[in-house]
Amino acid sequence: MVREPVMLGTAVTARVRHAEPVMGTVVSFDVPVTARHDGSLDAAVRWLHWVDRVFSPYQADSDVSLLARAEVTVDGCAPEMAEVLAACAFVRDLSGGYFTAAPGGQFDPSGYVKGWAVERAAALLARAGSADHLVNGGGDVQCAGGRGPGADGMSTAPWRVGIADPLRPGRLALVVEARDRAVATSGTAERGAHILDPHTGSPAAGLASLTVTGPSLALADAYATAAVAMGPARARDWTASLDGYEAYAITDTGDTWQTPGFASHISPD
Amino acid sequence: MRRAILAVIATVAGLLALLSFKTHSSERTTASVQPAPSLPKGERAVTGNVANTAYGPVQVQLVVKTITAAGGKSQAGTILKVNILEQPSATQEDTQIGQYAFPKLIAETLTAQSARIDAVSGATYTSGGYLKSLQSALDNGA
Repeated sequence: MVREPVMLGTAVTARVRHAEPVMGTVVSFDVPVTARHDGSLDAAVRWLHWVDRVFSPYQADSDVSLLARAEVTVDGCAPEMAEVLAACAFVRDLSGGYFTAAPGGQFDPSGYVKGWAVERAAALLARAGSADHLVNGGGDVQCAGGRGPGADGMSTAPWRVGIADPLRPGRLALVVEARDRAVATSGTAERGAHILDPHTGSPAAGLASLTVTGPSLALADAYATAAVAMGPARARDWTASLDGYEAYAITDTGDTWQTPGFASHISPD
Repeated sequence: MRRAILAVIATVAGLLALLSFKTHSSERTTASVQPAPSLPKGERAVTGNVANTAYGPVQVQLVVKTITAAGGKSQAGTILKVNILEQPSATQEDTQIGQYAFPKLIAETLTAQSARIDAVSGATYTSGGYLKSLQSALDNGA
């Protein structure tokens, strides 16, 4: 009886892509095929839907809605609510109030929740054993490891994350090389001016988009939102002061600037 | 080739947020790989399923070029063009989708491919039906 040869130790791991409509956007995954087999991809998707149910301001019976109407206390919500509130308060204080969990006057922590949920989804995959994966929550990206074998076949090349150019639809402003890193972009261009300056209640102006990269997507996303609310002058100094996070901005007039450490993350090609 | 193109499209998926994604959309037709006699040699058209979105049916077609390496084994695919075959047009909002969102998404699809990127970071926006339909084209033939 002839047995088929068994291939052992192959260097290439098959990968799976998955796009999940959730939280009013699409969250896409690039994961090793093992994440499908061991159930961690499913678990990450279920986690996102759970977050959507608990934190959606559009569902009348979500914890966020109940809390906004003062029908429950924080203690009566999912334990993650306290974590989200603490994080929102942290970014609010760090940003001089330009980030808030009540941007329109009404309690709505959505500005923090999406990035946080995507970061946690990526962490869930890592805990299940995945070394290399990317989760993109409608334009806010959390990377772990790299995209696959590098040119030498041994090392792992970093993920390549394109930064959309808000003034030239369909074009990229530049490409960031990301390894174990998040890339988040906020802007005024895509849905009109939807980021408010909490100090004035008026729509933020001046920055077409601002990208923040750093270890945590939850923080990078919240920092990007705060910086856009600040406007270009204030945002430049503030983002430069952030520890471990770098920023790249495109103004309404097409000017660009970046924090000193951002250049090292730009792909040369 | 299939995987390469799927990767490109799933990449684009990352930047797409939804208009209003109907998760229970039913596929009305099956995809077909058309011989497309008018296309140059090595190019072919791949037509996706009709995706029923909250705004109406959407169907896309890709024109794909296959490059076969020496030896004939390894193949690479390039998306040359994205055609929108069917799109919602009943309301003013639908028209805006057609005039603004689709051209933008098409351009981003092609840009993503040429820049060899894995994901796009940008301010969130919409597209459900397009993505679903485009992906079905790829799933079925690319």
